[in-house]
Amino acid sequence: MSEPLNAFVLLANFVLVPAVAYGSQLALGALGVTLIYGILRFSNFAHGDTMAFGTMFTILFTWWFQSMGLNLGPLPTALLALPFGIIACAIFVLLSDRLVYRFYRKQRADPVIFVIASVGVMFVMNGVVRFIIGPDDQNFADGERFIIKAREFKQITGLSEGLAIKVSQGITVVTMIVVVAALFWFLNKTRTGKSMRAYSDNEDLALLSGINPDRVVMVTWMLAAALATIAGTLYGLDKSFKPFTYFQLLLPIFASAIVGGLGNPLGAIAGGFVIAFSEITVTYAYKKFANYIVPGDWKADGLMQLLSTNYKFAVSFVILLLVLLFRPTGIFKGKAV
Amino acid sequence: MKKLLISAAVAAGMSAASAVSAEEIKLGVFLGLTGPIESLVANMAPAAEMAIAEVSESGKLLDGTTVAAVRADTTCVDAAAATAAIERLITSEKVSGVIGGDCSGVTTAALTNVAVPNGMVMVSPSATSPALSTVKDNDLFFRTAPSDARQGVVMTEIIMDRGIKEVAVTYTNNDYGKGLADAFQTAFEEAGGSVTISASHEDGKADYAAEVGALASAGGEVLVVAGYIDQGGKGIIQGSLDTGAFDTFVLPDGMVGDALPEAIGEDLNGSFGQAPGTDSEGAGKLVEMVGDSFDASSPFAAESYDAAALIMLAMQAAGSTDPEEYKGKLMDVANAPGEQILPGELAKALEILADGGDVDYVGASNVELIGAGESAGNYREIEIKDSALSTVGYR
Repeated sequence: MSEPLNAFVLLANFVLVPAVAYGSQLALGALGVTLIYGILRFSNFAHGDTMAFGTMFTILFTWWFQSMGLNLGPLPTALLALPFGIIACAIFVLLSDRLVYRFYRKQRADPVIFVIASVGVMFVMNGVVRFIIGPDDQNFADGERFIIKAREFKQITGLSEGLAIKVSQGITVVTMIVVVAALFWFLNKTRTGKSMRAYSDNEDLALLSGINPDRVVMVTWMLAAALATIAGTLYGLDKSFKPFTYFQLLLPIFASAIVGGLGNPLGAIAGGFVIAFSEITVTYAYKKFANYIVPGDWKADGLMQLLSTNYKFAVSFVILLLVLLFRPTGIFKGKAV
Repeated sequence: MKKLLISAAVAAGMSAASAVSAEEIKLGVFLGLTGPIESLVANMAPAAEMAIAEVSESGKLLDGTTVAAVRADTTCVDAAAATAAIERLITSEKVSGVIGGDCSGVTTAALTNVAVPNGMVMVSPSATSPALSTVKDNDLFFRTAPSDARQGVVMTEIIMDRGIKEVAVTYTNNDYGKGLADAFQTAFEEAGGSVTISASHEDGKADYAAEVGALASAGGEVLVVAGYIDQGGKGIIQGSLDTGAFDTFVLPDGMVGDALPEAIGEDLNGSFGQAPGTDSEGAGKLVEMVGDSFDASSPFAAESYDAAALIMLAMQAAGSTDPEEYKGKLMDVANAPGEQILPGELAKALEILADGGDVDYVGASNVELIGAGESAGNYREIEIKDSALSTVGYR
């Protein structure tokens, strides 16, 4: 009777666990994008490189701590360095706001001008990151690698399929939950959070009721920097840090934010998981899975793959297209400019 | 005025050789001086020019004619730029032979658009696409690098010798990856093995869970990764090890390097593969001759030296610098019978040929031209032991 159990473990190992981890990383990235969009009213194309920037500082601090012999035992040292990375990233982002975006805000420029300005900021950050840490792969993960290894799982349970869960995947999901809970508490319960939502809903009314716009903008940037650094570091721990990959991450992150509904934090999270799961489930080859659950000798010859993995990006963009066609504001109601 | 007369003579269909002899011969060095493989070309171009200087200084080619190199840039990726560059070499520089191009795509474009219509010989040191074996070239195209079709066969032998009959294949989605994966699949299935899946992956992407999942489901004893060491290839291997999908990997030339075991660690032990390489006397001799001026052990540097040497030896054998006349001699000077020639012995070879003798050019890369004029190919079989590359043997 272990056949269905094997089938489930197989699916968990190759679909469920990776998709949940990847989805969490996308969700955190999309949250930053959606926050900027909701409150500052533009699509921040520099977000991918903000992630790279924050992660770079986290890595530099991690190396410093490692050289001093500081560590967290089984957990990666990067968690210890994370707050410093966030601070460095926030300083840089606030600087970019002071030097670039504030000028256009004073002029009450169109959102599209902000978008183009953010592309400029993106290229600058791109260059700064490559200048400081270089374009190559950087490894900074340490501590234990696995919560459970595939081989150990097989020995313990006696099943023929293994399940591997990496420490980085565990940390990613736990951090994501903590961060999202903290963010929602902040937005809904604190005075600053409420003023941010007011500013987002109606800028003029918010100004009339005495909300300080500079403060709202500053807090928003700091939150976005924190989210970007956390998402980037988690992604780097799970996979690896390479500036170019972070730039490429921009696409799935924006897809997540738009599918969920731009400007809606809940939507960003849902969007992240929708994109991650659709990329992996649609292109997974179900041959082995089917062989476990169908009875007797009725074995599948083909791979039972819906789409070749070449098309995995097409999948997320088809979903994006469908959502935009039938629910232009996203799954959860977002904003439309 | 003299130049005008010469071109008039060529236009009249007279033998170019008689008009140009005792004039300086020009050879094009047509490599990607800029672009993705510029770091390799930094060692390839000087190697080719060294052979040219060696012959020129000897004063033995075609009764003391001197030879000069003219550089042109293939860019490795831009076919239009490469076509324009070789056009300039042939029509305005009036070269008598071209060493190049380097990357398979631009080489094909330059060959079919310019070299073949103009009847120009091209000897590429590094284009490895199997498609170049069957391209319509009027016997004008040669290469001192082996076709990836050959690597597919060598890889099949290495895998079969280990008693493995069922493999999964993933390749980087470009001409190199696709060409190698197809060549390998054909060879492997002919040898009685089976390929469970051949799936591409894109380089520099965020997540390879989908690819690893599909590969794992298809199954196989080992995973062949025809990718790049610092790109998707590494991501796939890491993902496969993490999920327990595969334990052993087969690594073709793009994946062979010290960076891989360093990044992955001891889980990679037992994986194996191959990269072009030879332990021949010639390779060592070239490194010795070069000294510190550039790195002659860098990939394709030896092949570049050999490409230039072969063109000039063929000219000597034919007694002409006209590509139409010497193109038939390239295979003769490269292969047995005859006296074996190593790097640094070009003057000796020229003398033997001048006296009507026969040479078998071995060169720095153990050249043996087969089929449509391409190197038979020598490969170094490697295995990862104790988290480091070690050479198991040569094939």
